[in-house]
Amino acid sequence: MEKFTTHTGVGVPLRRSNVDTDQIIPAVYLKRVTRTGFEDGLFAAWRNDPSFVLNNPVYAAGSVLVAGPDFGTGSSREHAVWALQNYGFKAVISPRFADIFRGNSGKAGLLAAQVDEKVVQRLWDHLEEHPGAEITVDLETRTVRAGEGVDAIEDSFDIDDYTRWRLLEGLDDIGITLGHDADIASFEAERPRWKPVTQHA
Amino acid sequence: MGRTLSEKVWDEHVVRSTPGEPDLLYIDLHLIHEVTSPQAFDGLRLAGRAVRRPDLTLATEDHNVPTLDWDKPIVDPVSRTQVETLRRNAEEFGVRLHPLGDLDQGIVHVVGPQLGLTQPGMTIVCGDSHTSTHGAFGAIAFGIGTSEVEHVLATQTLMQAKPKTMAVTIEGSLPEGVTAKDMVLNLIAHTGTGGGQGYIVEYRGQAIEELSIEGRMTVCNMSIEWGAKAGMIAPDQKTFDYIEGRPEAPTGADWDAAVEHWRSLRTDEDAVFDKEIVLDASTMTPFVTWGTNPGQGVPLGASVPAPEDFEDVSDQVAAEKALEYMGLEAGTPMREVKVDTVFVGSCTNGRIEDLRLAADIIKGHHVAADTRLLVVPGSVRVRLQAEEEGLDVVFKEAGAEWRGAGCSMCLGMNPDTLEPGERSASTSNRNFEGRQGKGGRTHLVSIPVAAATAVRGTLSSPADLEPVAAPATV
Repeated sequence: MEKFTTHTGVGVPLRRSNVDTDQIIPAVYLKRVTRTGFEDGLFAAWRNDPSFVLNNPVYAAGSVLVAGPDFGTGSSREHAVWALQNYGFKAVISPRFADIFRGNSGKAGLLAAQVDEKVVQRLWDHLEEHPGAEITVDLETRTVRAGEGVDAIEDSFDIDDYTRWRLLEGLDDIGITLGHDADIASFEAERPRWKPVTQHA
Repeated sequence: MGRTLSEKVWDEHVVRSTPGEPDLLYIDLHLIHEVTSPQAFDGLRLAGRAVRRPDLTLATEDHNVPTLDWDKPIVDPVSRTQVETLRRNAEEFGVRLHPLGDLDQGIVHVVGPQLGLTQPGMTIVCGDSHTSTHGAFGAIAFGIGTSEVEHVLATQTLMQAKPKTMAVTIEGSLPEGVTAKDMVLNLIAHTGTGGGQGYIVEYRGQAIEELSIEGRMTVCNMSIEWGAKAGMIAPDQKTFDYIEGRPEAPTGADWDAAVEHWRSLRTDEDAVFDKEIVLDASTMTPFVTWGTNPGQGVPLGASVPAPEDFEDVSDQVAAEKALEYMGLEAGTPMREVKVDTVFVGSCTNGRIEDLRLAADIIKGHHVAADTRLLVVPGSVRVRLQAEEEGLDVVFKEAGAEWRGAGCSMCLGMNPDTLEPGERSASTSNRNFEGRQGKGGRTHLVSIPVAAATAVRGTLSSPADLEPVAAPATV
């Protein structure tokens, strides 16, 4: 996984709450067996609407999505994270993420930055007053920044320490866990024999 | 201080615990299907890794498989590739697979319990958010993403921060005709879609104890719809009776040892939950959704709400968008909402008890003109059991379509979908925009409401049906 330290890019205001994973990418787009190419399904239903924010050319290079609360609810599909990444997003800012989506983001290297609802409101207003404006998401200092001068927005975001460390270092989870192989083996040796198995010797 | 059920099960599975890091949790059972696994197997292959415990792994095909012509090659080439990829991966990595056409094929969350693989006190994961279903047996069961699927395949463990604990106590008894589905829809309307976030929930209280195991599965299944990490119910004699004798259940001395342990899986009296919710089952009525998330529900006897009925501004905006998408006018009685398609099935309501209940209500009636009723068993074994009991004949005589096993119209990635603008009453779990097909409009309902709606063509309960005339006696 690539290291994530800080990112500055065009902010995209998505003024919606409860953006579930079926909105992020409908199931019909989940049939690929690769991790790439899912950008075609990103917000598929909404992209037919000319007024949808991603259809505005000013956001064509958008890489920081600013969404309402309960982003990523519903299905466990990591394809939702891949679709955002394949499209070009590096970070999503929301007041509340669904657990599985947030976990998947951390694994795949998409930054899920949780901020106060008021910060999202201010970012939305800022981005709509200045379409194409950039947002900086700094993982080292856990801050989001946008704008300049008296209207400048700067606030902290929440992310758990462990995920932050893994993202900063670009670490592979499986590699870390395999380092604890002896612990796993000794746990396995103690498992009760009546626990079910799917294959019998 | 005592521990809660979820804390006991969690503690039993901690391989390694270090301050500042998530716990490393051992996984007892990993369920796999065609949609969320290909990239995980690919990752193993690239890194030259094996599946650590194929004997704790089980695969089946459910999400994108057709429910008609299931004995023929899958027509959609992309779906076919995905299914064939699963078959190749299972073969290469030595994973047990129940493919389309196999007697044990079906929705992964129906197959696990049916085989007796789902047991109390286990940790169970699957690349599917409705894995919470298995919590009905007193297991910690939750959905994971594909990176985590790969992690479990390679290590049989997961790194997980310990969630907070919540008790949902449902007191009293459900009134006649009100089901587990109504109970959980009531709960989600009460909490909102984010209310369970960060918690493992234990459902308890008289109304939960009185549910059958399959009803408990319906409740736990929808834990994710209010954001909970997992939902679980303490195992009791009903749980043990349900498991005993199933193909993968322990036998002999192993059975006795297992049951002895399972009996200890109850929240201690002095245990403290981080949060508690108490609801009264005796006041619950059939419940249906009007909007585009499972929390947007009302009693069947109520009317479509107006955005201004909500206090919170973001709820008002969400309601406005939902009403527009659903094509509904505020103030319309829910019972006047006309439905095009009724779907009976899914991991929420596709088990044998569900089909028995639906058949019992629909027997002697006919599906309304301009309405179609799709009945999709959750697994091949559920289908065969239903056919043995003659339920298929009841459905077919009523004018319903009787299908093969799979996820079907729950999620719009196989041939069973809604057309744009088409309205369904669905026993499944999600009413998101486009969930059942682009532009489709979904009302989540219980089995009795689905059956009665199919007969009347508008959202209804069995109480709205004309009594079936008794056959003439000679």
